[in-house]
Amino acid sequence: MSLQDFLQFVFAGITSGSVYALTALGFTLIYNATGIINFAQGEFVMLGGLAAVSLHSGGAPLALAAIGAVAVVTVVGLLFELLAIRPLLNASVLAQIIVTVGASLALRTAAMLIWGREAVALPAFTEGAPLSVFGATVVPQTVWVLGVTALIVIALQVFYRRTLLGKAVRACAVNPMAARLLGIPYGRVVLLTFGASAAVAAAGGVLITPISFMSYSSGALIGLKGFAAAILGGLGSPAGAVAGGLALGLLESLSVGLLPWSGASGYKDAIAFLILLLVLFARPQGLLGQVSAQKV
Amino acid sequence: MALVVVLGLLLFAGLGCGSDETTTDETTEDTAASTDTSVGESSDTSEAGDEVAAPTGEPIVFGAVVSATGPAAALGEQERDALEMLEGQLNDRGGLLGRPVEIVIEDDQSNPNEAVTATNKLIQQDGAVAIIGGTISPSTLAMKPITAREGIPQVTMSAANAITDEPPIEWMWRTPPKDALAVARALTHVSEELGVTRIAVLHDENAFGSSGLSEIEKSAADYGLEVVAKESYKTDETDLTAPLTKIRSSEPEALVVWGTNPGPAVAAKNMDQLGMDIPYVGSHGIANMTFIDLAGEAAEGVVFPAGKMLIPETITDPAQKEVVEGFIAAFEEATGQKPNTFAGHAFDSVGLLADAIERAGTTEPGDIQQALNETTGWAGPDGIFNYSETDHDGLEVDDLIMVRIEGGSWVLAE
Repeated sequence: MSLQDFLQFVFAGITSGSVYALTALGFTLIYNATGIINFAQGEFVMLGGLAAVSLHSGGAPLALAAIGAVAVVTVVGLLFELLAIRPLLNASVLAQIIVTVGASLALRTAAMLIWGREAVALPAFTEGAPLSVFGATVVPQTVWVLGVTALIVIALQVFYRRTLLGKAVRACAVNPMAARLLGIPYGRVVLLTFGASAAVAAAGGVLITPISFMSYSSGALIGLKGFAAAILGGLGSPAGAVAGGLALGLLESLSVGLLPWSGASGYKDAIAFLILLLVLFARPQGLLGQVSAQKV
Repeated sequence: MALVVVLGLLLFAGLGCGSDETTTDETTEDTAASTDTSVGESSDTSEAGDEVAAPTGEPIVFGAVVSATGPAAALGEQERDALEMLEGQLNDRGGLLGRPVEIVIEDDQSNPNEAVTATNKLIQQDGAVAIIGGTISPSTLAMKPITAREGIPQVTMSAANAITDEPPIEWMWRTPPKDALAVARALTHVSEELGVTRIAVLHDENAFGSSGLSEIEKSAADYGLEVVAKESYKTDETDLTAPLTKIRSSEPEALVVWGTNPGPAVAAKNMDQLGMDIPYVGSHGIANMTFIDLAGEAAEGVVFPAGKMLIPETITDPAQKEVVEGFIAAFEEATGQKPNTFAGHAFDSVGLLADAIERAGTTEPGDIQQALNETTGWAGPDGIFNYSETDHDGLEVDDLIMVRIEGGSWVLAE
């Protein structure tokens, strides 16, 4: 394989991987605060992309459409928590997870009724020819995706490590009961988390729509890959989510590139998930996850 | 925790698979066609068609199974609308054999199991003399054993090769061009117009794309073509530069992309990014404005096979031209929408059955069967049909055209 082709596979992996990373971040945020796996996460990504397209075609400049879409989806996330999660806050985590499955189906159907079945597109944030590195090319939009992803990760790390509220959120994840006894408003933390998670997912949706388009059904595959990335990186670790996402994207594209026979792309999911399983056998806590010590 | 993870993976995998299976026959949509003024005359039944004698007596019942809801609703909605419109048209024109026509429409919700229930109900309870449908190939294949057992003519609106390739076909006829025909049309273009021999195939992993690939691999040699690379993708995949880079290293002279939106549009944009300037030959799955809207500049120069209704001006046969223009005008008047390819399938199904019953002079299944097999030169949106005892597809490669995208619009490519 030529250097040019190899780099191209790497760029392809990073492009898909950064989308997985942003989705995985959304899973991580909610899991960190509540222990819930939010299966509507991919749907938030989809809603972000579709909302931005609607705002943009309605006349809003691209930047405003992007911010507006994130705002709209954040409100959806907050409402989702208030209407669906809040009533079950004292039920088992499993019950809450099942609710998110139902919500994902409801959101997908609602999106189909609102936006129809056809995929839609959004112009790239910056015009211009693809950037070339040793003959391999990458579109400027991918740089946007990576840059914004990096900013979000840094912001989240600072929030979790340096702010009182961030520490409160982490406390809720460790032990909700103890957190409440210490005066942390658990309900508000959960609400905040769902809003933030929806916002991150929506940002991902807005960023990738110029690259891969968006339709009401796009959320299912993105959600699956994002979830796998979160597990691979170690559930609960924002840095792990990003590492997991990029690793999954690279695994997929390199398995297409390195397998010598024609038609290898049909096996790329199988290979990626096989490696995911192997990693979990060796490191059950994921790549960057922390071992949760449990006394028996 | 482990339980949650496993549960989650299972759930997600289930959701993902579910959405994959749906696009089985999602081929051409949004057939924007030019409006023409000539309304009327839709099926060349007989000269009695112009007399307006109100039909009397027992209605002749056609049973139709369409996917008006569910994932394939994009296909089935207009089929249902067309069937409703055609029932009115037939009766306004005096019905069939002097009797009124009733088209009982059942919605299978894009689910083959529902199609089976609906077919049994249509035959047993409604007394249908013929069955139209289904919209999607899995439904048609599920209905096939019932109509074959009961000996009731079935005219399908779906495209999988197996429907008429595998016996029994005695009671099954087809209106859309089958997958093999679209492949034949595209490969003819590749070998004769492009004049190349080394092709690569990029296809969707769903039923539509896989069927396209197997057909291309089967018939490439007949056109003097060699498939030097083949790669696949999932319909909603975000980036296709990896499979395209792999394909590029095999140095093909043309790329055939077989899938439904948005995959082929992502591929077109990614080819631009990679600077791949080999010809892009699409499938009839991109015979819609959505592809042009998504791919934008990257869509320019793309060619694909399509039915002639996509560009009605290309119809050379005067009888077909009149029928298609009349259908487009009538459909627009009835629904306010331009008819897509699928509405055309519904039109052909009803028209072919009506024509056969007029010629048979009865509604006895055996007589309809014989009359359908004797159909020659019947013109409709899908083409000019010639059925025989062994050919229940009726169409030929010439019923499809190759279309090129130029300036964000469609032009004839040959």
